[in-house]
Amino acid sequence: METLTFRFEHGQRRLKATSELVGVVSSGNLEVLIENAVLNGACAIEVKTAARGFGAIWEAVMQDFQQRWQLADTRISINDMGATPAVVSLRLDQAVEAMVEEDR
Amino acid sequence: MSASYLEATARERLLAVLDADSFSELLPPAQRVVSPHLGQLDAPVSFDDGVIVGEGKLGGRAVMAAAQEGGFMGGAVGEVHGAKLVGLLRRAVVKQAAGVILLLETGGVRLHEANAGLIAVSEVMRAVLETRAAGIPVIVLVGGANGCFGGMGIVARCANTVIMSEEGRLAMSGPEVIETANGVEEFDSRDRALVWRTTGGKHRYLTGDCQQLVSDDTEAFRAAAIAALDQAGDAQLTLAALEAEQEMLRRRIATFGHADDPMDIWAELGVARPETVPMLEAEAFTTMAQAHRIVSPA
Repeated sequence: METLTFRFEHGQRRLKATSELVGVVSSGNLEVLIENAVLNGACAIEVKTAARGFGAIWEAVMQDFQQRWQLADTRISINDMGATPAVVSLRLDQAVEAMVEEDR
Repeated sequence: MSASYLEATARERLLAVLDADSFSELLPPAQRVVSPHLGQLDAPVSFDDGVIVGEGKLGGRAVMAAAQEGGFMGGAVGEVHGAKLVGLLRRAVVKQAAGVILLLETGGVRLHEANAGLIAVSEVMRAVLETRAAGIPVIVLVGGANGCFGGMGIVARCANTVIMSEEGRLAMSGPEVIETANGVEEFDSRDRALVWRTTGGKHRYLTGDCQQLVSDDTEAFRAAAIAALDQAGDAQLTLAALEAEQEMLRRRIATFGHADDPMDIWAELGVARPETVPMLEAEAFTTMAQAHRIVSPA
């Protein structure tokens, strides 16, 4: 297992005060737990992945994600079993969409 | 709208089977009650340890409900996973719930957790029987891709009612286990038609291990669970019922023990054209099977 952490400061978008879980920890898949957290406007992401040595790709996927959503005060925790970057992006978007739904 | 039960995740199944907006989860993922063993083995964990437990309503009645996620380690029962099920069953007694609904999809014990997993499964069995002893019915739904095997197969048969789809499977040893232990001549685990004939919902329904067969549809499972709750009556396991069950099993092995294929058993039960059974839709099958099936007294 490998643990990766990312933190993006100065987000704009705040989410509802609950938490949501999307996805399943199965082969080629991952679960994303997204929570509202007091982080001084930042978005903090912790990834635990079974596939070692892909830190640079994770970082690129996370930067794209934060650029899309500009999240503030959000904690994201991921348990990964070798999901591809496209699956990771889809799950992250699914998680955020579950959290913004009620604001619409 | 109809939706496949098989294709749904455990969370989706739970929300579809219970009354809309009635479910509230206990020990939700945000509490991160994860397996203490998997991390030591450098294996991935899941924030709910592969089982969702909570309270909700079914047909307007307050129930406890759980769903195992087959995608995470085949739904296997580890220490935390098992403790969540035990806690839920005990809570049903304390809160005097109208019933406990278990959406099982599991290969049985999580071998990574060795004795802790084995003990967890036996504690779930005990908790199911204690819940029934308190007069609270336990209803099991089996319709996931991984079936319901191992110790959890026994748990299912400790319940008041087992509801299955044809796609669902219920047994003690899984096909690969039997082939490994007894050879491919005994059981060819790659023969999918044989595997489903032997462990699938229709065979279980005909031989009295399952009380209701439904199509692979979340609404059908929900309707059957509501009906089972309505008809549960006295949930307690009595000595008389246990003896009747034992007698049914004795006769079953005496009558069918020589059979090589489930189709031989169906023929002996009086099913006119056993080869057509796998092609029948749930409703047509149930109608046909009514006159021939073994009825379990439990």
